Amino acid sequence: MIIDINFIGLIIASIMASAVPLILASCGELITERSGVLNLGVEGMMIIGAISGFALMTVTGSLIIAIFGAMLAGVLISTIFAFLTQTLITNHVATGLALTIFGIGISAMIGKNFVGIPGKEFPVLFEGLKDTIPLLGPILFGHSIVFYFAFALPFITSYFLKKTKIGLIVRAVGDSPESASNQGINVRLVRYACILYGGAMSGLAGAYLSMIYTPQWIENMTGGRGWIALALVVFSTWNPIKILIGAMIFGGLTIIQFHMQAIGVRIPVQFLTALPYIVTIIVLVVISRDSRKIRLSTPSSLGKSFHKDN
Amino acid sequence: MHKFLIRSFVSSLVLLFTLTVAAVAKDVKAAFVYIGPTGDHGWTYQHDVGRKAVEAAGFKTTYVEGVPESADAERVLRQLANSGHDVIFTTSFGYMNPTNKVAKEFPNVKFEHATGYKREHPNVSTYAARFYEGRTILGTIAGTMTKSNIIGYVASFPIPEVIRGINSFTLAAQKVNPNIKTKIVWAFTWYDPGKEAEAAKALIDQGADVIAQHTDSTAIVQMAEKAGVYAFGQASDMDKFAPKAVLTSVENNWGPYYVDRVKAVANGTWSQKDTWHGIGDGMVVISDLDSQMPADLRSKVKKLQADLASGKVHSFTGPIYDQKGNLMVAEGKTADDGMLAGMMTYVKGVEGDIPK
Repeated sequence: MIIDINFIGLIIASIMASAVPLILASCGELITERSGVLNLGVEGMMIIGAISGFALMTVTGSLIIAIFGAMLAGVLISTIFAFLTQTLITNHVATGLALTIFGIGISAMIGKNFVGIPGKEFPVLFEGLKDTIPLLGPILFGHSIVFYFAFALPFITSYFLKKTKIGLIVRAVGDSPESASNQGINVRLVRYACILYGGAMSGLAGAYLSMIYTPQWIENMTGGRGWIALALVVFSTWNPIKILIGAMIFGGLTIIQFHMQAIGVRIPVQFLTALPYIVTIIVLVVISRDSRKIRLSTPSSLGKSFHKDN
Repeated sequence: MHKFLIRSFVSSLVLLFTLTVAAVAKDVKAAFVYIGPTGDHGWTYQHDVGRKAVEAAGFKTTYVEGVPESADAERVLRQLANSGHDVIFTTSFGYMNPTNKVAKEFPNVKFEHATGYKREHPNVSTYAARFYEGRTILGTIAGTMTKSNIIGYVASFPIPEVIRGINSFTLAAQKVNPNIKTKIVWAFTWYDPGKEAEAAKALIDQGADVIAQHTDSTAIVQMAEKAGVYAFGQASDMDKFAPKAVLTSVENNWGPYYVDRVKAVANGTWSQKDTWHGIGDGMVVISDLDSQMPADLRSKVKKLQADLASGKVHSFTGPIYDQKGNLMVAEGKTADDGMLAGMMTYVKGVEGDIPK
């Protein structure tokens, strides 16, 4: 067993790579939820992003078209959700679940012709700098553009919600749509925008899986990551930085348990496999105990339909 | 839960469709029941390739995918039997009891159950493939090609089929290279590309330079390609996913058996059988050997393949010891099928414990 500093760097780099889809989808869903909308369709939007990205990459050969196409596909499918919940005022939970079922079904249908086709190589940045710095080299360099975007996103999201006027409007709509509406804010428009943004991020998360992380298409390839992303949003108490921590712990334990198995640590494998789920929840619950802060960041109208009477 | 809902929903839709399409023709009709989606590019995908071979041979076929191994399976089987299918292939171990139960109700319909051992009624046959023979070939290649003497193995679930594969692989690798270590990582999934890739990455980071897999997706060979180590394809030829990494693949080839059995039904010669075919009968196929392998290794592998096919060589030839050093198979003897079918102990040389 070689434990040198570069080995640790390699492990951290794989942990970060596995956290990317969770961070993207969670940060998108966080904005949606902060506006008061509970969209349980993350898994469905992700899988639609995955097949759209992969299909566009195969058909057009352009990675840029594929990435943006996947985000657009996420936007389109979330438009259905937005229309149903905001315009037709349907129940958020039921509509979100339906969206997931719909996404998985339709992705399998589109995907029939794309099974067994190898993906394209996705370019990585700063590959040459990887070996220049020990430990930090493999962590910082040699990743795709989506990777860097994902790790900037929690900070951007945090800044957006705390410091910008639009961020304030989103939070106001999520906390008290009535008051926001009385202030002249178009609640429905804001919620539409937040839902579509969430869709775009979930689509990107799916495309990351099918185009960069494991370049291929097979049915159900998101493997429940959408549900984990949803759970991260709640357990992080709607705090983007804690999402980052949670996603890293989750990805980290998944990978470290594989390493422990390979080293031959005598702990029941089933326990190791369950570890990521248990520890992520415990850590996030423990770091989010401050009830005053929870009250501040929890969108008080989450999941409640808003119907403007006049 | 959501998966279950979707599967039931999709299977009922497909069933509805099947029922409408059925009940017209008089020729022999075969039905296939799948555990996964045909788009998994693994287990179910290969069964569906076999089904297409039956179609190509001029028979009508239908299939239902994503059928849970529960009371749902019984319902699906009953409906297929009711709608004029003459032979029904149930392609997952968990369909064993439903298959036998429904077979009793429909004595005129033939049932073919994959990987099971229960044949409670004369109209039930079982069939399986000796994939461990393929793993003997992979072990021989891995033991020869490794430089670090660490071989990684991504396993799915601790069942005899998988344990048998690990043992067969390790025995063969040890034979050509007594210094190798097989490191096993259990992914506890048959296919989840992300998890499989992570498992493979962990093994590679720990020095493994050849990776074998008993999970279905192509993520592992792609990871090996990225990391510059060798790997083997599973279920189908995965060379195009990782041209540099994949040395060869073990393919599941169900087509010939399916065509054979459907023809037997058509001719009225079908009878109950327990089939366990390997390389010799073409149910297990070794893909092209990569040119990166030295010529003498390639000819050695070709010879081993021929010997396994003819029965001259058996994957489990004694003396074989378990991890504690107890004799499992005596010198000059080979493991019988009963032992192979229930194999739940590692042989000497495999590291770690079998998860319980």
